[in-house]
Amino acid sequence: MHLTLRHQKQLKTLVIGALAWGIALLLFFPIFWMLLTSFKTEIEAFSTPPSFLFTPTLENYLTINERSDYFHFAWNSVVVSVLSTLLGMLVAVPAAYSMAFFETKRTKSTLLWMLSTKMLPPVGVLVPIYLLVKDAGLLDTKAALIVIYTLINLPIMVWMIYTYFKEIPKDILEAARMDGATLLQEVTSVLLPMSKGGLASTILLSLILCWNEAFWSLNLTSSEAAPLTALVASYSSPEGLFWAKLSAVSTLACAPIIIIGWFSQKQLVRGLSFGAVK
Amino acid sequence: MANLKITQLRKAYGDVEILKGIDLDINDHEFVVFVGPSGCGKSTLLRTIAGLEDVNSGHIYLDEHEITELAPAKRDLAMVFQSYALYPHMTVRKNMSFALDLAGVDKHSIDEKVKAAADILELTLLLDRKPKDLSGGQRQRVAIGRSIVRNPKIFLFDEPLSNLDAALRVQMRLELARLHRDLRATMIYVTHDQVEAMTLADKVVVLNQGQIEQVGAPIELYERPKNMFVAGFLGMPRMSFLDAKVKDVHSQSVDIELNNGTSLSLPIATQNLKSQSHVTLGIRPEHINLCEKESGDMQVTFDVAEHLGSDTYCYAKTHSGESLTIRENSETNVSAGESLGVRINTAKCHLFDQQGNAVGYAVDTEQ
Repeated sequence: MHLTLRHQKQLKTLVIGALAWGIALLLFFPIFWMLLTSFKTEIEAFSTPPSFLFTPTLENYLTINERSDYFHFAWNSVVVSVLSTLLGMLVAVPAAYSMAFFETKRTKSTLLWMLSTKMLPPVGVLVPIYLLVKDAGLLDTKAALIVIYTLINLPIMVWMIYTYFKEIPKDILEAARMDGATLLQEVTSVLLPMSKGGLASTILLSLILCWNEAFWSLNLTSSEAAPLTALVASYSSPEGLFWAKLSAVSTLACAPIIIIGWFSQKQLVRGLSFGAVK
Repeated sequence: MANLKITQLRKAYGDVEILKGIDLDINDHEFVVFVGPSGCGKSTLLRTIAGLEDVNSGHIYLDEHEITELAPAKRDLAMVFQSYALYPHMTVRKNMSFALDLAGVDKHSIDEKVKAAADILELTLLLDRKPKDLSGGQRQRVAIGRSIVRNPKIFLFDEPLSNLDAALRVQMRLELARLHRDLRATMIYVTHDQVEAMTLADKVVVLNQGQIEQVGAPIELYERPKNMFVAGFLGMPRMSFLDAKVKDVHSQSVDIELNNGTSLSLPIATQNLKSQSHVTLGIRPEHINLCEKESGDMQVTFDVAEHLGSDTYCYAKTHSGESLTIRENSETNVSAGESLGVRINTAKCHLFDQQGNAVGYAVDTEQ
């Protein structure tokens, strides 16, 4: 069959569209299944073949609320994520500023070195960090998580903000300096407003990374400072395989960040693809 | 009052010396243009005056006060950047008032000053727009307006017109000249465009490889260049240079012989030349005229003719293979390969010694 150029183009769009939808659905399916399972009874959750048609029940959510204080864990997640992000920004912005605008011949390798620390498996430093936290008397405290999360996310935050700052012409900062701006005024009235899109993406990414972090929260907290990830984990092992309840608690843990992510997806996609496309 | 004095200024990036000991005086109300080929250090010199670059040694004085180590913000200078460097997130009004806001000037007088500057630059209708909604010329005017509202001691311009198209550049050049006349401010202007240098400047500073080659009024530099660099840099098309040998030195003239055997007697008074020494003859295109074949001072072969409408630039070669540029009127018609005679206006010729320095000037231009 002979296809015109226009038809070929349409076909290409169709195929790519279908493929994208397929992959998106595939990625979304586990979340969808989790949501579905959370409204089933434990028996329905187990049944083979899996049932799509069932009478939804809130039983799991009620049980979870009775057995554990969801808001206690959620509050811990919020506090740890927000404070760690704030702390990270306080360090990352000045670091990226000096790297982007006062570049030396070692800047590039410093950045690479910082990023390379992300490649180290966390379990490799579990014992030393555990001992440090223990000696500092910070086991099961939010402070420990805040500090650790900040340190973990800093390389990626500095790198992202550095990329955004690099986009800003040096001339504009110099113009501000000529206009009489102090360093602080230069940063707050010119640099930060000009890169607010990038800063927002960085903040968002840091929030998500902190929210989802499980390794350190499981190892360094037990109850007092445990965030939602620890709550989810607590339903997986000791209770055996209570799929419905596990799904319900997972849904509760994911919901806030999915909602935030949904509302800011445009910002997030732009932020994450920024460095890659350039 | 705003006098600027620079003494023995040096600046290096690592081992590369960019400014090699600059001495310069700039007087109040003067329009000074730094001109030179790219990489000559003119922008760096401007940026050291602005305080955006540190210096290695030397001093900068503004009205007798040393400002060498002062932060840019404290120098009371304003700068217009090549890229305009407008704050993209602020309106035109805010861009112009930013410096005054920072300085804590009261709102009423800020409004007045912004309005006055906007009137001068015809920006009144654009005050609430963002820079991205402006054309290149308008952005440039905002950048200038941002400087004007501050009423600085000195205006610094770093190649402000080089991002504009040719027509706009001419228009802005006139506006800058008018602005300088109206504000009576001291201005320092960096450009690689010699037309801007010649038309705008009270004083031209020609820089080359981190050193000042010559300082003076545009016409003075054009007519009495100190060396071959200045002679070749100013003037469009360039001055032609021909190798020659001194035959005889008289009290009011020098006899030379060109490579192609042509003998010329130049009305230049100099004591610094010896017979038989090698020299370079410099002739501007407008000081050579075409004449009939086998007549005139020497014979040349034509290569290319450029018809500009008002003038014709003829590029020719002498019989010894050296290039010669001739400016003729628009009716001139020569074709490639054609042989013709040229007559040289010896009273306007320049003579340079082996080091490239002018050995003296034609008697009738001597003051």
